[in-house]
Amino acid sequence: MIDGLSIQISQMLLVLALAPLLVGIVRAIKARLLRRRGPSVLQPFRDIARLARKEAVVAESASWLFRVVPYLVFAATWVAAALVPTFATGLLFSWSADLIAIIALLGSARFFLALAGMDVGTSFGGIGSSREVMIASLAEPALIMIVFTLALVAGSTQLSTVAEIFLSGVGLRVSLGMALVALIIVAIAENGRIPVDNPATHLELTMVHEAMVLEYSGRHLALIELASALKLLLYASLIACVFTPWGLAPAGAPFHVHLIGAAVYAGKLAAAGLLLAVFETMIAKMRVFRVPDFLGAALMLGSLGALLLFVSRGL
Amino acid sequence: MTVAPLLAGAAALLALSIAAIPLARRPAGNKILYGLALALSMLLLGGAINHLVSGADPAWIRLPLGLPWIGSRFRLDALSAFFLAVTNLGGSAASLYAMGRGAQEPEPQRVLPFYPAFLAAMNLVVLADDAFTFLLAWEFMSLTSWALVMAHHRERGNAHAGYVYIVMATFGTLALLLAFGLLAGPGGGYDFAAMRTHEVTPAIAGLVLALVLLGAGSKAGIVPLHVWLPLAHPAAPSHVSALMSGVMTKAAIYGFVRIVFDLLGEPSWWSGLIVLFLGGITAVLGVLYALMQHDLKRLLAYHTVENIGIIYIGLGLALAFRANGMGAAAALAMTAALFHVLNHMLFKSLLFFGAGAVLGATGERDMEKLGGLARNMPYTSFVFLVGCVAISALPPLNGFVSEWLTFQAILLSPDLPQWALKIMAPAMGGLLALSAALAAACFVKAYGVTFLGRPRSEAAREARETDAFSLAAMSALAILCLMAGILPGFVIDTLGPTTLSLIDERMPVQASVRWLSIVPIAESRSSYNGLLVFAFVAASATFAALVIHRFASTRLRRAPAWDCGFPDPSPATQYSASSFAQPIRRVFGTSIFRAREEVNMPPPGDGRPARLTVTVRDLAWELIYVPIVRGAAWISERLNHLQFLTIRQYLSLVFAVLVFLLLVLASWQ
Repeated sequence: MIDGLSIQISQMLLVLALAPLLVGIVRAIKARLLRRRGPSVLQPFRDIARLARKEAVVAESASWLFRVVPYLVFAATWVAAALVPTFATGLLFSWSADLIAIIALLGSARFFLALAGMDVGTSFGGIGSSREVMIASLAEPALIMIVFTLALVAGSTQLSTVAEIFLSGVGLRVSLGMALVALIIVAIAENGRIPVDNPATHLELTMVHEAMVLEYSGRHLALIELASALKLLLYASLIACVFTPWGLAPAGAPFHVHLIGAAVYAGKLAAAGLLLAVFETMIAKMRVFRVPDFLGAALMLGSLGALLLFVSRGL
Repeated sequence: MTVAPLLAGAAALLALSIAAIPLARRPAGNKILYGLALALSMLLLGGAINHLVSGADPAWIRLPLGLPWIGSRFRLDALSAFFLAVTNLGGSAASLYAMGRGAQEPEPQRVLPFYPAFLAAMNLVVLADDAFTFLLAWEFMSLTSWALVMAHHRERGNAHAGYVYIVMATFGTLALLLAFGLLAGPGGGYDFAAMRTHEVTPAIAGLVLALVLLGAGSKAGIVPLHVWLPLAHPAAPSHVSALMSGVMTKAAIYGFVRIVFDLLGEPSWWSGLIVLFLGGITAVLGVLYALMQHDLKRLLAYHTVENIGIIYIGLGLALAFRANGMGAAAALAMTAALFHVLNHMLFKSLLFFGAGAVLGATGERDMEKLGGLARNMPYTSFVFLVGCVAISALPPLNGFVSEWLTFQAILLSPDLPQWALKIMAPAMGGLLALSAALAAACFVKAYGVTFLGRPRSEAAREARETDAFSLAAMSALAILCLMAGILPGFVIDTLGPTTLSLIDERMPVQASVRWLSIVPIAESRSSYNGLLVFAFVAASATFAALVIHRFASTRLRRAPAWDCGFPDPSPATQYSASSFAQPIRRVFGTSIFRAREEVNMPPPGDGRPARLTVTVRDLAWELIYVPIVRGAAWISERLNHLQFLTIRQYLSLVFAVLVFLLLVLASWQ
């Protein structure tokens, strides 16, 4: 109980501390790849602190919802990120929400953020919200199909259990390969990374996430930036804990195993950041209406993977 | 609990209906009548809950009404008690809401006499225990609701809506009549007890399933029988819309469950396949239709179609599992479906009440003329938001729990032996996820365009908060949505006797699970705790707010919107409902609705505005109903000259038919 609680709390703090760092790493590597010097990996921390110190400017037409949403979005994303095993599987509250609930929790965050985009009554906010929900409506079924695949292999939708079962080895499976590719595509789309959206843009007709949060400033924007960093970390942790579970400290392991787990996790995150940066540098952003094709591929792969498992069961 | 007090309650509602005829025109009549309807609904609700919780044995009663040699049989078992509770919870909320909003009714004498009768009819449908009583109550329910749909018959489109509704309702009753005829068999045992013992051949069972899908399915709104629903539900006054969408469709679900699970005997696996498939298609098409709407009440009505689809997915899974002897899985799927029945009643009533409040405050149903209502209607906007989150299946509210249970049931389907089901179940899981995501998109649109942004019309700018009764009704439903979402274990346990009576198996008791989690099968497999998720999110948000306000800047400045430096003061430059749905319309609508966009750009120098025309076609209407209507018109035109025959010709016609029928009878024997 005490072990579980301390793991849970340290995980909550760890994700909060590492999330901006991951964003910083991706930005730094991208800058290097583009032969720029780029800011330090700590720049996102400084940005968030700077934003938090500034006054918040709220549009005159904004309603009460506009000021509540940043807190809700941050809280939902943080809770979701705290429930994905990062360095240890023995999270105290892991059973309170399974993988489907974690996805739905992210869905709640997105729902409120999209509402906030509509709140001020500007065309940029609307364009961001409407495209965000379009992308989500394709990404979510793909994600559920991936969950089906994982759940059928592991016999559980409980993420800690899934991680432990994958840690003990389930062998190579075609379905899991498909699920991995699909999950990466979904993660790219959900986090608004290139080629679906460009996180570095601030004045483009093609922006999605940034258009939605365009009216935010000051502490509200700081929370939203932190939440989107947490979401990126969440997807990286999710892929890491399911597909590369090595190094995860199982429940009840001694303290030094947890330390090793944390170190391995940091390594996995760095690798994820590197891969993301390389991928983003290599590829151009696609038109908005190409995105359905891109996500359709994820949906297809996810469905095929799940279908293979559904029909191969009981043979 | 015996049946007699419940019947007395229904009879009192009928009496109230008659009393309403003289009372309706009095100024105080509105509050008195709705208040009495509220009290009676609450009593009936109490009776139903008492039966469910006490786990009493089924009780029945026979009244010397109806057909002389049968009488009328009424029965209260766990299934009817659950649906009775749903009906009267919805009825109570609607009556409370109408105590306030009903005063704004321009012609109360067109609404008040039918309203208690409608409530009584729905109560009688779930209590009926023989085919005659059931069909009588069913038809009475259709007719009273039709009268309520026609209450505002002078508004454009309402007469058409009423016409389509009455045709579809009559057709549905006919299908149910035939279904009961087949179930009763040549012996003619029209009470349900006789039908339960009467074995039918698989072919007859298939025919009965098809007829029930036509009859109860058309009332519930299964695609493609849904066409009347988005016309009729919004046409009625808002509290009646809430009843029709939230409660009457549940009576239809009750009819389906009663016949298919209770009276028809052991199902075959393909019946599960058909129901599952129809459910998935209905869910996705319903929400896609909803996304194309910009009339708030019609959008909600299309969402009813979607939610009926979700319920049918659960029912189809339950049939498939039961046919293969997988009792625990069938109980899980059935619980998911029934849980969604309750949830949908809660949030759909709430949302229709909210739409009614908006309609009352602005006189507008068209979202393109609304906007910014959250400023002037803060309470309505808050409770409506709760409803939106609930219907979008987002945690920690109730809509998510029933969808989560459905997903858990789908995850058990690889153990099914039939290949078709193994392929169909995950595909429908994908469609369920798609419909949930699209529902979230649709409610971002509905809420964002109606309550957020800047007012698009004078009426929206001048809107005032709605009255206290309406707010009380909406708040009560919002609280129930939250409670069912964070304490789902109690609902699941209450559903235990119902699933037990239908599939001889129930979900494990959840009350003893630690921390009030729900564990459908085993804890290592899956569990969900809405209470903790809610507490965590609330605590994290509070924590973040405290930290931010303690350590960061608390200054706040109101300024004009930034909008990338080019804000336009005209509210017309905001995203509208159609523009919000445009990406989804392009992705899904071009094939499903043949959606086309046409830009009419005048040449340079021409001062006329450019025009964007969007056409969305309803293929279900065009491909199925239009040919049927044309065929009917063609046949009636051909048969028209039969009206103008001489008496000799008529007599010979009668003689010929008589000979023909005798010949048929002779060859039959």
